[in-house]
Amino acid sequence: MNTAIASRYAAEYPTIAPALPGQNLPWLQTLRAKALEQFSALGFPSPREEEWRYTNVSGIEKKLFSPSTGLTAADVDAEWLKAYQLQDAWILVLVDGHFSAELSVLDGLPEAISVMSMADALTTQPDKVEQYLGLAADQSEHSFIAFNTAWFTDGLFVHVPAKLVLDKPIQLLHIVTDSDAMATTRNIIIAEALAEVKVIETFIGVTNAYLTAAVTEIFVGQNADLTLYKMQSESEKAYHFGGSYIKQARDARFTHHNFAFGGLLARSDIHVDLDHASECELNGLYLGVKRQHIDNHTRINHLKPYAISRELYKGVLDDRARGVFQGRVIVAVDAQKTDSQMNNRNLLLSDDAEADTKPQLEIYADDVKCGHGVTVGQLDEKSVFYLQSRCVDEETARNMLTFAFANEMVDKIKIRGLHDMILEQVLARFPQQGVNKEWL
Amino acid sequence: MLSIKNLTVNVNDKQILKGINLEIKAGEIHAIMGPNGSGKSTLSHVLSGKGGYTVTGGSATYQGKDLLEMAPEIRAREGVFLAFQYPVEIPGVSNIYLLKAALNSIRKHNGQPEVDAMDFLMLVKEKVRLLEMDEKFLYRAVNEGFSGGEKKRNEILQMAILEPKLCIMDETDSGLDIDALKIVSEGVNSLRSPERSFVMVTHYQRLLDYIKPDKVHVLAHGQIVKSGGADLALELEEKGYSWVEEAAA
Repeated sequence: MNTAIASRYAAEYPTIAPALPGQNLPWLQTLRAKALEQFSALGFPSPREEEWRYTNVSGIEKKLFSPSTGLTAADVDAEWLKAYQLQDAWILVLVDGHFSAELSVLDGLPEAISVMSMADALTTQPDKVEQYLGLAADQSEHSFIAFNTAWFTDGLFVHVPAKLVLDKPIQLLHIVTDSDAMATTRNIIIAEALAEVKVIETFIGVTNAYLTAAVTEIFVGQNADLTLYKMQSESEKAYHFGGSYIKQARDARFTHHNFAFGGLLARSDIHVDLDHASECELNGLYLGVKRQHIDNHTRINHLKPYAISRELYKGVLDDRARGVFQGRVIVAVDAQKTDSQMNNRNLLLSDDAEADTKPQLEIYADDVKCGHGVTVGQLDEKSVFYLQSRCVDEETARNMLTFAFANEMVDKIKIRGLHDMILEQVLARFPQQGVNKEWL
Repeated sequence: MLSIKNLTVNVNDKQILKGINLEIKAGEIHAIMGPNGSGKSTLSHVLSGKGGYTVTGGSATYQGKDLLEMAPEIRAREGVFLAFQYPVEIPGVSNIYLLKAALNSIRKHNGQPEVDAMDFLMLVKEKVRLLEMDEKFLYRAVNEGFSGGEKKRNEILQMAILEPKLCIMDETDSGLDIDALKIVSEGVNSLRSPERSFVMVTHYQRLLDYIKPDKVHVLAHGQIVKSGGADLALELEEKGYSWVEEAAA
């Protein structure tokens, strides 16, 4: 525990607070004050905590990140940004934690749906925000959530009314342009009963060290279907914490595709609460090179009977990179007929790369079907020979298989533009000789 | 086509093949039969270049070239095709990608330019129709989630597109029901030609009801103990392997 740095943040807080949104909302002021208190007492999480044992965040504690202000759309390289903007999507852009109306594309939204910045939502529909903020993300869980609650400057607010099927995805484009900046954003996504919506979180950055601390709370109503994509391609010296906290109602479906590519140290938490007969699918791909440390931490709470969860996380680690997967599935005592499957597969491309994997099943019900599997290893030699016997030379075969290992997760993306964007990211990180893009 | 002379092979210092002699002419179909552990699979693996086997003596000459000197992919590009007993599943690589990679590797090996994308698609679709397969197969990952019969049919599809000269079929009938066996056999028969030879490695005679061999060899304890015509397979079916094993002993 390092509370020295926490006190420095706390000391700065009074100068920053007046600029934070929702100053006129007593409930939010109380919430922020409590969060500040929690963070001051605990500091950033330490490896002594079980849920952080493989991830040491001391790098973050070495400097004081400050909220950035005064940046405008003109400061963002439009050409660079273009590569990350999806065609045929509504896009909400946050620059250094602040909504940019100029860069966002929100025209033509159906009347009934709300897609706006969190600051706007706190002005126009504070009651709705009050109802949901902090409902899925428990700030006593760990201090990053408390940190986020105290400091968040803006974020995305989405409310999709019942039965509305959104034909275009909503993209949250989270950009950091400023060195030593902290981008602390809070997002709320609500899909009411029978609604269908796809949301894409894209994290990118152009500078050296900065800190992203984003918390997304998601509420999937009865029989609603929500797909969340996350592409984390932060700059290579960035620190990233991203938490997604999901509450599913009866018969709700939630699918997550989590792509972790960037950052020097990146941690994602995904917590899902499953109600009666709801289903969740968690897919993840992490690619680590150089000295990257990428941690994915998932928790699936089967609270009621008949829910189904499927989880597959894959990692490819090269150089001195380290990948961490901690996956917990908790089956409550009355969550009978739970059907749960969790898998984590890691491919190590160098002797110095490391994968730490820890699947945990905690089952308190007695009539359930739960399984998990974990592998850490090299390429399957049988597959290498199979490709060789099909005329492919050994090096190309190995490259193809490495690519294929990752591509299995990319192929699950059915939004064409996003699929291609993520494919580019994979190919950029593992420039595979012999993988012919034109043939894919 | 293929001339094997006194071939001896070890696996982990244990001799598995103890002097194999085999002459296969262009256009011929040879069946290699034998009980489990006789060395059948070792022979097909050694010919296709799989690792883990040590050739301790003898030779295998393919079209006048030393086959055993070549890397597996060179053998494949030169026209040696191994149809696997258990085709490998490769998630993340589509069938059509692998077919294109394989065909272009052969073309490059032969000094030809890459196949034209449209021509390739026409060729592949024609072969798919011929084998009564669904076109959707092409866009699925190689063998992933395929049934036993689908996997074997996929091997025949690859064969039909790559047009090898020497096809080594390793236990092709294993795991196939009678309908799948018929389709696979029809596929093989449609590929028979005066320039193409087949080595059918099989435990059971039933495959040979559908694909009629020119020669049948019985492998036991790492040696060919008896050779004959197609009738030999029927005799084996009737009398079992102990008959030839004893006769050879």
